[in-house]
Amino acid sequence: MKWLARRETVPAALVILAFIAGFIESPYFLDFRYLLDASSLYVETGLLALGMTLVIISGQIDLSVASGMALCACVAAKLLSLGWPTPLALAATIALGALLGCFNGLLISGLGLSSVVVTLGTMAAYRGAAQVLAGADSIKFPANLTGIDNVKTLGTPVPVPLTILMFAAIVVGLVLHRTVLGRWIYATGTNARASFFSGVPTAKVTVSVFAISGMLSAVAGLLIDSRLGVARYDHGQGLEVDVITAVVLGGASIFGGSGSALGSMLALLLVALIRIGMGLANVTAEYQLAVVGTLLVVTVMVGNLGEKIAASKSRGRPLAPEPPRNSPQESHT
Amino acid sequence: MKRSTSLLLVLLLALLAGCNREPASTAAGPNGVAKLKIVYIPKNTGNPYFTEVGRGYEDAAKEIGADFATTAPDKADASLQIPIVKEQIQRGVDVILISADSADALDQVLDEARSKGITVVTVDADLVGNESHRDAAVLPADFDTIGSSQVELLGKLTDYQGDFAILSAKRDAPNQNVWIAKMQEALKDPKYAKMKLVDIVYGDDDPQKSTTECEGLLAKYPNLRGIISPTSVGLAQSAEVVDRAGVYPGGAHAVGKGLQLTGLSTPNQLKEFVSKGSVTAFQLWAPYNEGYLAVYLGQAIHDKKITPAPGGTFETKKFGVMKFSPKLEIVGGPLVTFDKSNIDKYNF
Repeated sequence: MKWLARRETVPAALVILAFIAGFIESPYFLDFRYLLDASSLYVETGLLALGMTLVIISGQIDLSVASGMALCACVAAKLLSLGWPTPLALAATIALGALLGCFNGLLISGLGLSSVVVTLGTMAAYRGAAQVLAGADSIKFPANLTGIDNVKTLGTPVPVPLTILMFAAIVVGLVLHRTVLGRWIYATGTNARASFFSGVPTAKVTVSVFAISGMLSAVAGLLIDSRLGVARYDHGQGLEVDVITAVVLGGASIFGGSGSALGSMLALLLVALIRIGMGLANVTAEYQLAVVGTLLVVTVMVGNLGEKIAASKSRGRPLAPEPPRNSPQESHT
Repeated sequence: MKRSTSLLLVLLLALLAGCNREPASTAAGPNGVAKLKIVYIPKNTGNPYFTEVGRGYEDAAKEIGADFATTAPDKADASLQIPIVKEQIQRGVDVILISADSADALDQVLDEARSKGITVVTVDADLVGNESHRDAAVLPADFDTIGSSQVELLGKLTDYQGDFAILSAKRDAPNQNVWIAKMQEALKDPKYAKMKLVDIVYGDDDPQKSTTECEGLLAKYPNLRGIISPTSVGLAQSAEVVDRAGVYPGGAHAVGKGLQLTGLSTPNQLKEFVSKGSVTAFQLWAPYNEGYLAVYLGQAIHDKKITPAPGGTFETKKFGVMKFSPKLEIVGGPLVTFDKSNIDKYNF
């Protein structure tokens, strides 16, 4: 019964169901090449979701991810249009992303401010900065860097952005489950105070997760520039909602302390498959939203139920009421 | 207990399937008759203007026996139109009609569609500056003729006599300024010799300011025969003022033959005043025509009956011969004049 307690179980089961549903609803769905191709449109959301997974596990939230992505996207296009060499411009963009993240992290850990308030502020500030830089117009991205989503990975039918996302997911997974930093992140999210007094450098943890989140936003910004061929200040407006949805759907607790890269990626795949399937059947966007919303609520309900069942079935373990800031940790140790 | 979990999952599957069965009829089977598959992607769903364009599509699609569907994102955002275009490519449509939400972000995906033999026609909103990424465009109206059409309409309403004023939007509104310049040009025609433009005021497309400006005109020129307001906010607010003051033809305080208010607006905003008689007639382009023409144009290009070229022509039974502009645009036709006889037929 232990598998029931794994928070990835529900999204994994739903992914299989979404496959079946997609197959039933449209004759055009079961085309592997197309599914890979269409999934690559969700890569930017996926990269942001990976960063958000770290941030949420550590007990914080980052509402500025999509704005940071747009700012990095605009800066990258601007630098390239000013004639900066490509590697330098890309490195500078990623450094900027890390810097934007650090800024969030320092304000939160240094001044002890709430991450909701801080990132609500930077969400507006970063978007505003992007608009100042780009104005209402688009900045053209160099033609030789445009269209990365049409490039396949070394003879496979997998688009390059998807490979980048999978690579990033593995790295984030390893950081979470195989490093000291990973353990610190879970510990800080479970109980920041107790962690601090046990010698966990909680401030450093907070700055690190926001910096990683910022770097991933920068990569996402570069990918969206390449995919669209232009940088705009309104890239990914409102995307943070989709990102947080994926992370929570993937089993992370919004109160911190639990969640995984695998869960977030499965949830994203689930949302992508549902939207692709319904889109191919020409189901309107409102219905798609309604289904994804219902799914979120049901998943969280079923997930909690599964955990309780598993807990009650394990020998000698009483069914304890769950304290709000303390989610069970057995799946991560 | 395990059973309850699986039960929930089954319920969920039912939900998924239930939601999706509804539009299955639009996804015609691949083994059906080789009907032309046309899809329209507006900027977003639930916009009455695009619903009116949609009536044109449906009529034309019925006439040529094509399979027609509409699908759109829930909010206007070009990056949300991209996955929809990809889906339509995968569905194997023949013609994509799209009201582009961005002049450049769609270039890549539309190129992909065209490389797979899909005809792409922009409707109402074009890829300005990136026209090479679509086959042709259908636009609402020829901006050059709007000014003269408006002067002619007012002339007809006032027997080509008397003083009139213009109530515009903002002082620097580009569209309105082009139209006003064309109105002044048209007035040089001897036909309009007895009509005199006495004032141009600006309501800034703000209801309050438009109301004040219109009241000002009535106070300043008691003998005014006409007002042209080539903006829907200005026209609707002026209608309110003229109605209240009772200065329209047949109104309680009409001076001489009364004041004729006209301009540009969607019909829904003025229905009330037309039925009361405080506004006799006004104009707008016809979104219906755009839709109708786009379907025929898409079919003609896809079947290689025509190749759009600057100055080339394109013909429909309903609208006759039309010419492509240098940027391969087709214009939806002359302005439609709305009055008591036809306004109830429109809903946008």
